[in-house]
Amino acid sequence: MKVKVLFFASLREQLGSSAEEIELPSGVGTVAALRSHLIARGGAWQSALAEGKLVRMAVNQDMAPPSAAIEAGDEVAFFPPVTGG
Amino acid sequence: MKVSVQAADFDAGAEIRALSRDPKAGAVASFVGVVREVAMTLEHYPGMTERALHKIVEDARARWQVLDCTVIHRVGTLEPTDQIVLVAVASGHRGDAFAACEFIMDYLKTQAPFWKKEAAGWVEAKASDDKAAGRWK
Repeated sequence: MKVKVLFFASLREQLGSSAEEIELPSGVGTVAALRSHLIARGGAWQSALAEGKLVRMAVNQDMAPPSAAIEAGDEVAFFPPVTGG
Repeated sequence: MKVSVQAADFDAGAEIRALSRDPKAGAVASFVGVVREVAMTLEHYPGMTERALHKIVEDARARWQVLDCTVIHRVGTLEPTDQIVLVAVASGHRGDAFAACEFIMDYLKTQAPFWKKEAAGWVEAKASDDKAAGRWK
């Protein structure tokens, strides 16, 4: 299935990407699994998204826990903790 | 209920006056956030940011009497002394107006997708902001 993945702020800069369409292999059905899938690319992906890094996630523009399910056509975003106000 | 994410500055006085027109409103509490000391650029997540702000306002309405409310947050490059954010809440009485205004600010700081970047780099999230939001639970 294909999903749209977005990156913001420091993550966008570290990854050199603000958005991409990704065809996910079967078995990648949660936000946590998608994160692991991206970490497996190595390099900046591994260092920026590694377990232990404070990364917030959203599915279809709502904050989502790692266990949140993702489906074809979803918009999944990764970003650092927010600092507005 | 007005939520706006915009590059342009805002007129806090005009926004507050607009909230005072409801004859049932006995109190309008407001907060203005200002850029302190160093210039910054604010990034947001178009769509989700507005959605998150609306949700925070709805959460406040579920807890306090909120007759009307305005949340404006600026994005883009801002200089010291520039206004960043306005939260203004109209209610029948000051207790609800103060509480809802502070609640919206605390949740905005921890739940709404905005990120500040200064010349020295991206601003880190503060544990004190999580603590401030946590006290409303």
